[in-house]
Amino acid sequence: MLTIPVGIQIIFAGVLFLLGLVGLLVRRNMIFMLMSIEIMFNSAGLVFIIAGTHWKQPDGQVMFIFILAVTAVEVSIALALILQVYHHYKTLDADAVNNLKDTN
Amino acid sequence: MNVFFYIAAGVAILSTIMAISGKNAIHSLLYLILSLLAVSVIFYLLSAPFIAALEIIIYAGAIMVLFIFVTMMLNIGLEKESEKKWLKPRMWIIPSILAIILLVNLILALKNVEPVAPDKEPILPKQVGISLFSTYLLGVEIAGILLMAGVIGAYHLGSQKKKVKHRFLEIK
Repeated sequence: MLTIPVGIQIIFAGVLFLLGLVGLLVRRNMIFMLMSIEIMFNSAGLVFIIAGTHWKQPDGQVMFIFILAVTAVEVSIALALILQVYHHYKTLDADAVNNLKDTN
Repeated sequence: MNVFFYIAAGVAILSTIMAISGKNAIHSLLYLILSLLAVSVIFYLLSAPFIAALEIIIYAGAIMVLFIFVTMMLNIGLEKESEKKWLKPRMWIIPSILAIILLVNLILALKNVEPVAPDKEPILPKQVGISLFSTYLLGVEIAGILLMAGVIGAYHLGSQKKKVKHRFLEIK
C-alpha cells in the first residue's frame, strides 16, 4: 500500500484546488468557470478520501458520495442557467451579463 | 506503489493545467476527463476502490457527458475576442502568484504530519454502505430531496417556452 506521508497527499489535493481557483479567477467563459468549480469540488472530495484512509474510517467515502450528489445537482442547474444565458445574450462571456450595473 | 501515486498525481496536475488553459472547450473537457481518471487511480491507491469506480462512473461518465452535451448544443467554437483580452499574462499572473502563495503556506503547514501506517486493508463498500444507511441516513434523505429539487429546477430553467425577462433588463 501507499507509504507516502499524508501531508504530500493533501498537498496534491491543494494543488488541484488552487488550479481550480486560478481557473475560476482567470477565465471568463462560463463553461470554463463551471469546469474549474468541478475541479475544486473534486479536490475537496480527495481530501475527504485521504482523511478517511488515514483514520481507517468509512466516513470519508460517505462524505464523497454526498459531494457527488451535490455536484450533480449543481452542474445540472448551472448548465440550465448557462443555456438560458446563451439563449438571451448569444454569448458565454460572464462579463456580458452585467445588466444589474447602472450604465446610465 | 508510491511511484504510481506520483505518476497519477503528475498526470492529474498536468491535465488540469491543460484543461483550465485551453482555448477549445471540447479539448479542455477531454483533458478534464483525463484528470478525473488520474484522480480515480489515486483513489484506488488510497484503498478506496468503491469511490474510484464511482468517480469514473458518475464524474467522468455522467457529469462530463452533461458538459459535452451542452458544449455541443451551443456549438461553442474558439473563444471570442473579449476573453482573449483577459488571457494576457498581465491578467492571470497576479491570481497565479496569490494561489502559489497559498500553496506554499499549505506545504509549510503540512510539513510535520506523521506518515500513514503502511499496513492497512482497504475500506470495503460494505462498510461504506452500512455507515451510509445507519449513521448518515438523514443525510441520504436530504441528498434525495436535493436531487429532486435539482430535477425540478433544471426542468424549469431549461424550458424555453416564453421569454422570462423583466422589461428593465431588455438589451438595448
